[in-house]
Parts: sequence; C-alpha cells; structure tokens
Amino acid sequence: MTTLVLLTITGLGLAALYFLVASGLSLIFGLMDVLNFAHGAFLTIGAYGTWWAAGNLPGAGESGWGFVLAVVFGVAVGTLVAALIELLLIRPLYQRHIEQVLVTVGLSLALVALVRAVWGADPRPFPRPGWARGTTSILGANVPNDRFLLIVSAVVVLVAVLAFLRFTRVGLIIRAGVENRTMVTALGIDVRKAFTLVFAIGGAFAALAGALGGIYLGSISPGQGTSLLIFAFIVVVIGGMSSITGTAAAAVLVGLVQQFANYYAASGVGDLSVVLLLAVVLLARPSGLRARLA
Amino acid sequence: MREQAFDRTGRLRRLAPLVVLVVLALLPYSTLSLPGLFEGVLNSPGTLQLLALCLVFGGVALSFDLLFGFTGLLSFGHALYFAAGTYGANLLLTELGWGLGAAVAVTTMAGVVLALLVGSVALRVTGIAFSMVTLATAQAGSIIVLQDPSGLTGGEEGLAVARAPIPDALIGVFNTANKYWLALAYLVLVYAVVTWVTGSRAGRVWQAIRENERRVEVLGLRPYRFKLLVFVLAGLLATLGGIVHLLLLGGSTPRVTTADFTIGLLVMVVLGGAGSRWGAVLGGVLYTYLDSRLTGLASSAAIQDLPAWLRVPLSEPLFILGTLFILVVLFVPGGIAGLVERLGARRRDRRPEIDGPPPGRAVERLRDEVGAGVGAGLGTPRRPDGA
Repeated sequence: MTTLVLLTITGLGLAALYFLVASGLSLIFGLMDVLNFAHGAFLTIGAYGTWWAAGNLPGAGESGWGFVLAVVFGVAVGTLVAALIELLLIRPLYQRHIEQVLVTVGLSLALVALVRAVWGADPRPFPRPGWARGTTSILGANVPNDRFLLIVSAVVVLVAVLAFLRFTRVGLIIRAGVENRTMVTALGIDVRKAFTLVFAIGGAFAALAGALGGIYLGSISPGQGTSLLIFAFIVVVIGGMSSITGTAAAAVLVGLVQQFANYYAASGVGDLSVVLLLAVVLLARPSGLRARLA
Repeated sequence: MREQAFDRTGRLRRLAPLVVLVVLALLPYSTLSLPGLFEGVLNSPGTLQLLALCLVFGGVALSFDLLFGFTGLLSFGHALYFAAGTYGANLLLTELGWGLGAAVAVTTMAGVVLALLVGSVALRVTGIAFSMVTLATAQAGSIIVLQDPSGLTGGEEGLAVARAPIPDALIGVFNTANKYWLALAYLVLVYAVVTWVTGSRAGRVWQAIRENERRVEVLGLRPYRFKLLVFVLAGLLATLGGIVHLLLLGGSTPRVTTADFTIGLLVMVVLGGAGSRWGAVLGGVLYTYLDSRLTGLASSAAIQDLPAWLRVPLSEPLFILGTLFILVVLFVPGGIAGLVERLGARRRDRRPEIDGPPPGRAVERLRDEVGAGVGAGLGTPRRPDGA
C-alpha cells in the first residue's frame, strides 16, 4: 500500500510536469498548427534563469520568498524569450507551417547549445527550499513534498487556463481560432496577437516546468528540456493535439503508466510502455483522446 | 525541356556527377595539402576518415531527403534505422560471431521489417502526428540501447565491434583508404537508387503526394501504399548507412539513436536543399565537415582571442549550425541547391527547375499519366479549405 501511494503521487508529480510542458505545446499547435520544438529550450531557459537568479539576483535566494522571486524571474525570462521568438522568427513565416517547425528545430539546437556554452554541459545542483526537501506522511507513505508542489502548480495552471479560455475575450478568440482560424480572421480579428500570446503563455508554463523540474530532480542540465519534450509530445498526441483537458488526462495517464511500469517491470520499461500506449491510442482512435479544445 | 537535355549545359549536368565520382575515387592517391581545410595531406588517415564520414552522411542525408524532400514526409525517427544498421550488424558480428556477409544481409532485412512495422502504424496518421509517432518509436529504440539489456548494447559507452569476422582490408588505420572507398560506394549506391526511384512512376506519385495528397486520392491511387514504400526504402538505405558507419568507426555509439541525430539529418537536408539529390548530399557532407572542424576551430587561437560574448557561443558547433539553419530557413528557401538554381536561372534568364517537375505541376503531370482513368474526368478539384 505504501509503495502504491508513493508511486501514484510520484506518477502524478511527473504528470504535472508533462502537463505544464504539453499544455503550452497543445495551445500553440491548436491555434497555429506549429509543433514547437523549441519548447524544451524554454524549459531549460526557465530552469537556468531560476538557478541564476537564486545565486545572483538581489532579493532572490535559495529559500522562502527569495526562491519564489527566483522562480518568478526564471518564468519571466522564459516568457520573454518565447514572445520574442514568436515576433521575430515565427511571424515572418506566417502560414508556412513546415518552415515554422524547422525554425523551432533550429532554435532547439542553438538555444540549448548556447546554455551549454555559457554554463557547461555538466549538471548543476538546483536549489531546493527547505519545505520541498521534507516529506509528508500519507497512508503510511512518506511522500516528498516537491511532488505536491508540482501537482498543485499543475492544477492551478489547468484551472487558470480553462477559466482564461472560458471567461475572457482573448480566450474566446483563441478557442474560436483553434476551431476555425480563417473564419476568425474573416471577422476582422487579428489572430496574430493571439499567436504571440499563446507562445508567451506556453513559454511561461515551460519555464515554470523547468524550475519545478529542477526542484524535483535536484539538478539541472542543458539537455534536460529536450528529453522531457519527447514525452510531452507523446502526451499532446494522445491528448488529441489541441485540447487542454485532453492533454491533462493524457498527462496523468502517461505519468502513471511510466511510474508503475518502471517500478514493477524494470527501469526503462515504463518509457517503452508510454510509446506503446501512443501506438495503441493512435490505432484505436487516430484523433487522440479528445478531438477539440474544451 | 527535352531539347535542353541535349544542349551543352544539359550534357554538363549529366556528366558532373561522374566527374565528381572520379575525383572522389582518386582522392586517396593525392598528397595534396589543403592547410586550413584539413589538418594533414589529403590521403592521411585522419583526413580520409573525416572525408569518409562526410560521404556516409551525404548518403544518409539523401535517404532522409527521399522522405522529406521528395515525398513531404517529415519523419523524426530516421535515426532508428541507422541505429538498427550499426547495432544490428555489430551484435551479429560481435555476439554471434557471424561472417560479415551474413550479418549485413540479416541486418538489412531486419531494417526493412522494422521500417515496415513502424511505417504501417505511423502512416495511418498524417502531418505532424506522423512526425510524432516516428519520433516516439525512435525514442523507444534509443531507450532500449541506453538501458543496455543484458549488457548487449553497452549503454552509454557504446559497443566496439569484434575484429575477427571483418576482412583485414577493412581494419586498422593503414586501411583507411579502403574504408573511404566503401563509404564512397555506399554514397554512389544511394545516389543511383534515389535517382532511379524518383524518376520512376512511384517517384512521380511521391512528388504528387508532397504537392497535394488529397488529389492523389482523387486520381484513384492509394497514397498509403506509396508512402509505405518510400518509408521502407529510406529505412533500408539508412540501415545500410549504419552498417557502413559501423565498419568505418569500428563500433556503435548511442549518439546515433537519439532524436538529435535525426534533427541533424534534417538540418543537413534543409541546408543543402530539400528535394534536390546533390543538395542533400552536399548538405550531409558540409554538416559533417563543419561539425567536426568547428570543434577544432573553437580551441584555436583565432577564437580564443575574441571577447567573451563572441567566444562563448562560437565554441559550440551546434550553436553555429543551429543559427545557420535558422538563417537558411528564413532567407534561403531551397537551401544551397535552391540558391544555385536561382543564380543559374538569373544568368540563363529562365525559370528555376528542380529535379522533377516544377512545384505545383507534379499532380497535373501524374494526372496526365493516369490518363483517361478515374481522375481525368473530374477536372481540377480544389481543397475545400483553400490551403
């Protein structure tokens, strides 16, 4: 029972990380038809931004509110980089989806290489605030607190995004744009502003995932974002490519399957079963779990 | 176009690959020194090894171009077949002690079966979803290799190949010239196969699929089968590339299983020019050369003396290659091949022409070939979304 609880909560923590990365990906894909390969780089930037701020930014630190400030700084840098990339590199290639994907591929190489050039390829120990290092006892299992931090953050983000899409005017434009972009443009609404916005939102979530992933794993390295990105892609496809709730469900499914299979079968089997899961879902329902943005 | 094939430029264009081939084949006899470009004279083992690597990746890039440039299938899992080649042959040679011939034959078949399995699932979806499924399956391969099941694949360390089953002529530094010719033979094989199939009827269907898949269906053809064919063929050629790479390096490295490896192939093809045979080969050669030489350049005095804000990014070959790639995508559509075509067209004052029919004409040409069949009577259907 203890193991079961621990595995479930750790799986959910992993799912939270996947969701944070995948939700931005699916928003961007849904609205712009661009699969953003640079998303892993946003994650790396967020993680290194937080790490740098914790050590160098005045007022920020490795614990308490100082650490919160460091995370805010990391997220802000990720958001800014994402918005600038959309404005400067993605927008000039408007409507040329393959080229847009290629640019993000080039960015994923260049940005990660840049981080590696500046801070080296070796993993850096990531600051872990005191409360994240402790454990909480649930049904006899000692669960590390960082898992709850991840899960709570993901749930907050999920609720916030759904509320944003449901209740604001910009959210309405995004939902309409996902459904029929041509029609929204024909109605005289400039969808491109929404493009920049979803890129910025996606960058913010990915950067947050980078900071939280740093706490979860205890260290950060330049290539981390890319390896997480592949699983996030799988989550997006299983979730139906452009649905937030579908992505959340897929993230939970993938996180739990991966944790349990890695524990009960053998290390690595979990990663493989996720790929198998993708094949099964695609064969059974080619459009994924949910077809449209909820 | 037919009359142009017989004029002087047409003949030159046909002879050019042969001339290049002869020069490349004679290269190991040259003691020419190219300071700055290569460290030793041309036929020194180090230079020949680098050149051989360039040729192998020229061939692998061309096999990827068959998918991406000629058919419009953006696979992110091409590394899987290359890895199947190098690890498959390595295991058969090292673990089972098979002869080279048997190992090559069985590995090639395994590569075909693998591509058939993955392709038949992945091609059920189109567009980006196809890219994702291929990426995921290749990732599965990468995970297996890194997990090192029963100590077979060597995990992160890689796997050295046993020397006993390999002919002496392909072993050791003194035989680098032989390995170079092997790499050249592989490139020639890929080039010949790609030239042949892209000119065949199937090749024209692939180009039509790239242009507009729905209209190919309207013509009464099944894109799925044609796409599966090109997927398996490209997988087969990549598997062979993996085997040659194994013989060249004397081992397998897990680096070739990763998504980054496929992304490298994509960069090569886009740099050189997607949909162009020589462009893809040139892209592969150039990328491999730069990737190897830029590492050396980073530690050179010229770079070390630069101010930190310039020196730090320039010390990473991938940063330079990634930036170059973005610039090409943004400003040089069609890559090097497209650039050369445009410059040539400006000089000759005629419209650019790529291998195969000009863009937008592939489907029409296919329709003419299908003739008075199903498609001809339907006029020119447009996609409802106007995309």
